[in-house]
Amino acid sequence: MAEEKKGFFKRLAAGLSKTRENIISGFDSVFVAYTEIDDDFYEELEEILIMGDVGIKAATDIIEDLKKKVIDKRIRNPQECRELLMESICGQMSVNEADYEFEKKKSVVLVVGVNGVGKTTSIGKLAWNLRNQGKSVCLAAADTFRAAAGEQLNEWAQRAEVPIISGQDGSDPGSVVYDAIASAKAKNTDVLIIDTAGRLHNKKNLMNELGKINRIIDREYPEAFRETLVVLDGTTGQNALSQAREFQAVTPVSGIILTKLDGTAKGGIAAAINSELGIPVKYIGVGEKIEDLQKFDADAFVKALFDVNIEND
Amino acid sequence: MAFENLSDKFQNIFKNMRRKGRLSEDDVKAALKEVKMALLEADVSFKVVKTFMKAVQEKAIGQDVMNGLNPGQMVIKIVNDEMTSLMGTETSELKLKGGNDVTVLMMMGLQGAGKTTTCAKLASKLRSRGRRPVIAACDIYRPAAIKQLQVSAEKVNVPVFEMGTETPPPQIAVKAVEYARENGYNVLLLDTAGRLQIDESMMEELQEIRRVVDVDQTILVVDAMTGQEAVNVAAAFEEKIGIDGVILTKLDGDTRGGAALSIRATCGKPILFVGMGEKSEDLEQFYPDRMSSRILGMGDVLSLIEKTQENLNEERAREMETKLRKASFGFDDYLESMEQMKKMGGMSSILQMLPGMGGSQLSQIEDQIDESQMKRTEAIILSMTPKERSNPDLLNQSRKIRIARGAGVDISEVNKLVKQFDQARKLMKQFGGKIGGKRRGGFKLPFGGGLF
Repeated sequence: MAEEKKGFFKRLAAGLSKTRENIISGFDSVFVAYTEIDDDFYEELEEILIMGDVGIKAATDIIEDLKKKVIDKRIRNPQECRELLMESICGQMSVNEADYEFEKKKSVVLVVGVNGVGKTTSIGKLAWNLRNQGKSVCLAAADTFRAAAGEQLNEWAQRAEVPIISGQDGSDPGSVVYDAIASAKAKNTDVLIIDTAGRLHNKKNLMNELGKINRIIDREYPEAFRETLVVLDGTTGQNALSQAREFQAVTPVSGIILTKLDGTAKGGIAAAINSELGIPVKYIGVGEKIEDLQKFDADAFVKALFDVNIEND
Repeated sequence: MAFENLSDKFQNIFKNMRRKGRLSEDDVKAALKEVKMALLEADVSFKVVKTFMKAVQEKAIGQDVMNGLNPGQMVIKIVNDEMTSLMGTETSELKLKGGNDVTVLMMMGLQGAGKTTTCAKLASKLRSRGRRPVIAACDIYRPAAIKQLQVSAEKVNVPVFEMGTETPPPQIAVKAVEYARENGYNVLLLDTAGRLQIDESMMEELQEIRRVVDVDQTILVVDAMTGQEAVNVAAAFEEKIGIDGVILTKLDGDTRGGAALSIRATCGKPILFVGMGEKSEDLEQFYPDRMSSRILGMGDVLSLIEKTQENLNEERAREMETKLRKASFGFDDYLESMEQMKKMGGMSSILQMLPGMGGSQLSQIEDQIDESQMKRTEAIILSMTPKERSNPDLLNQSRKIRIARGAGVDISEVNKLVKQFDQARKLMKQFGGKIGGKRRGGFKLPFGGGLF
């Protein structure tokens, strides 16, 4: 039995290394390789979508949509599918100008997410971004749980040159939020950004705590424009969908910040979240520097998705 | 539910297969198609899935049709075997040098994978095994990274070696080795900065550390929620640095953890530990066979037993069992079993390990178990006198009023608890004979059934 297992493993390793050596470029390779539109053609497109973390359901939906269009428009040439496919992915991803309304109003931005997705870093970048637009910004360090989270945010506050309200490590995050709102009101701050502790979305108590923070904001600062951003790690797979869903259950999520897209991860999960939950991606994190937070551009995103490398066998 | 657990998935697939009894070739194919979908939804790398399915299908079809013996079980066995072999055929221990020789462990991974937290947990684990660990702060880039390490390490009483943020990490590593040698430490953990696998200069930094310091083990720390990218990450770190072992973090989330399969298949290196929670004892040994049987929906009962044994003194367990059987189980025992449960990571983490407890079922039960309710229960019991605790029959109205006041709860809550407790005791009396009889050798729950 041990012999057999080894054989299987070797085969797998060989398969993978072959893949690494034999790389050609994404969707386009499929469009070039096929002369007619058949099941294999659709299947390969679906595979590429899955490899970009788009997920089975969203990938199937996109391909079904494409099939319909192909029939409706009587398309025969695979090449012509390219535009249609981009269109149908793009259609699911569009962001409205209105989605950035909070940047122009007196607003409270609550930033949530699981551990290690880059909440604090994203907040630092967002603060710098807003300040550069001439807004007055204040940060609230409501992550009183993780070791040195406050210090980390403090560092970002200094870099972005914005004030920060923080509490003692281990103190009630609700009280920090309360103080920050009072300060924002007193100083007539434009945008108050609240950093929260990373929490796995299946931990009931921590999620309830978030609900409490949400209620405090509603109660203490009802006139403020509310924006709640879930930060998702771009390398995360299908679990991101579950994350977005659970956060939405405790606080009204209005947008997503997708981080760590400077690697080779495509963040295709964004397409799934957008189509299944209707939450738009508003910003993407593309690097470590303070200016590396960009507004989301669906076209560019889809192009990147098209750039996935696949095995050609 | 759109978001079932992988275990649920498999269970659904195989539930149908079991009912059929015999399987045709087409059935195997159909079932494996579902397995493939489940694996993809679990974020197992597409390439790994493809190869995996091919191997399983080859085996399954040939064998099933020929011997025709309970084909459903056969397919489960094959899928299970292959998956286990994919994740490593046996438990891998972290190799450490003996005596006063300093073993150098380099932790590496993407940003946010949980390197710093894992460093502290691992150091704590090694110390409980009689090692003398020290952690070197080599992340000079992320704001407050050193501070985070210091605070985390302090919680588990492990010293940190740091040189601020101006010294290049390779130099820090060299000094840290000297420091460890001179001060009698025998394990040195290097907490490096998070980096993307395509960041050339950052990858070179790790290579440089390997050049100037004799690193014994390089450990890749990976977020269990990683998607298709897991393969790229593992491949790049393996190629550029070399991986000796893997630690999978955040497995206490509801992720299906397909990354475990992908990484194992890509770099072929063992998964040493899995991170199951925030506390330092939540870094657990990785058991490939159990992981795969857990994925297959057989539950991780084995893991549960071991966990219980670790936390529960064997003798106390026997004593408790006798008490259960005689129904002389008092509030004190109840309190103690609650403590045990807390140590094991709370009710939900135990439930997760039981068969058939995945996804939707779990969240339903979780809704019913309110951990703050458990705290109130604790307060009520603590407000009882020792006599009352060992003899619940003493509790009359005036005593109950006093207890309610002491615990700061309404008297109805005290009544409710006492009532539930009585019911549980009655139940135990009824089943008294069966516990320890029929289930001897099996797993004995140390806490009263139905109380939660």
